[in-house]
Amino acid sequence: MSAEFAHELHEQTIERARSVTRPLRARIVLALGPLAMLAGLAWALAQPYRITLLHPFGQGFWWLVGGEAPVYVVLAGAVFWRVVAVPLAQDLHAP
Amino acid sequence: MIPRAEMVHWWFATGFLLLGLLAVARLVVGEEVWAMRPWRRYLLPGLMFLMGVLLWPVMTFYTNSTIHMIAHGSWAQVLMLAGGAELGLASGKLQSHWWRLCTALAMLVSGGAFIVHEQQHWFFSRAAFLHHTLGWTLLIGAVFPIVQAFRPRSLSAALGFASVLFLISVQLFSDRDTASIFGHLSQFAGVPHR
Repeated sequence: MSAEFAHELHEQTIERARSVTRPLRARIVLALGPLAMLAGLAWALAQPYRITLLHPFGQGFWWLVGGEAPVYVVLAGAVFWRVVAVPLAQDLHAP
Repeated sequence: MIPRAEMVHWWFATGFLLLGLLAVARLVVGEEVWAMRPWRRYLLPGLMFLMGVLLWPVMTFYTNSTIHMIAHGSWAQVLMLAGGAELGLASGKLQSHWWRLCTALAMLVSGGAFIVHEQQHWFFSRAAFLHHTLGWTLLIGAVFPIVQAFRPRSLSAALGFASVLFLISVQLFSDRDTASIFGHLSQFAGVPHR
């Protein structure tokens, strides 16, 4: 087998492996954001008192704006999904 | 007038959660796909640098002793250094992969500062406990960027680094100004407010 042919065969094998794993990798990346959002939602259900917007009376400004820790987890997941994961998945499907 | 310290911890926890998500995504898709859009290369180091910058107002408004001020100031400096080095690598202005050791340095300095500036024992309060665990998480976790500097393509080191970012995020989200830890709260810690 000539070196050139062997190299071509090697490249084809790598490309085939990539084309097989790309959909899986796209699915993993697309799942990261919703997973984070789900974790935030589970936290909010487990500790609803940490969502001060659910009982806003008597709360100060910072507790209403800055004290919503589970909401931050949901927001982080949503921002990551929209800004990073979706374009990444598109790039993975690009030829 | 200023937000409580625990809220600031939650904001930084959100930053570390985003860093962890970005690190895992980069690991899953690989450097080649990650670099297909130029702006994406700057996301992770840019966020690191921004968090370093934002630590300066934290140092200014939230430190009530010299040792606290030095600890927060050192975090700000090393996080900016690590973010800056990674930004330089992302833009191609820095070529040597040894610059990745800046991240390890940042973690070692931050971990050391956490442990040194916590004056109380582990079960004094939740904040004290988290200072100890965060310190040790960072000190032990520094192994991963050191391995990455020697073996840049190491998947386990990249996964370990991302896991450390998630661990830091969880610990910062768990922080409260005054709260018990596993049923322990020193009478000197103050009254839990919620």
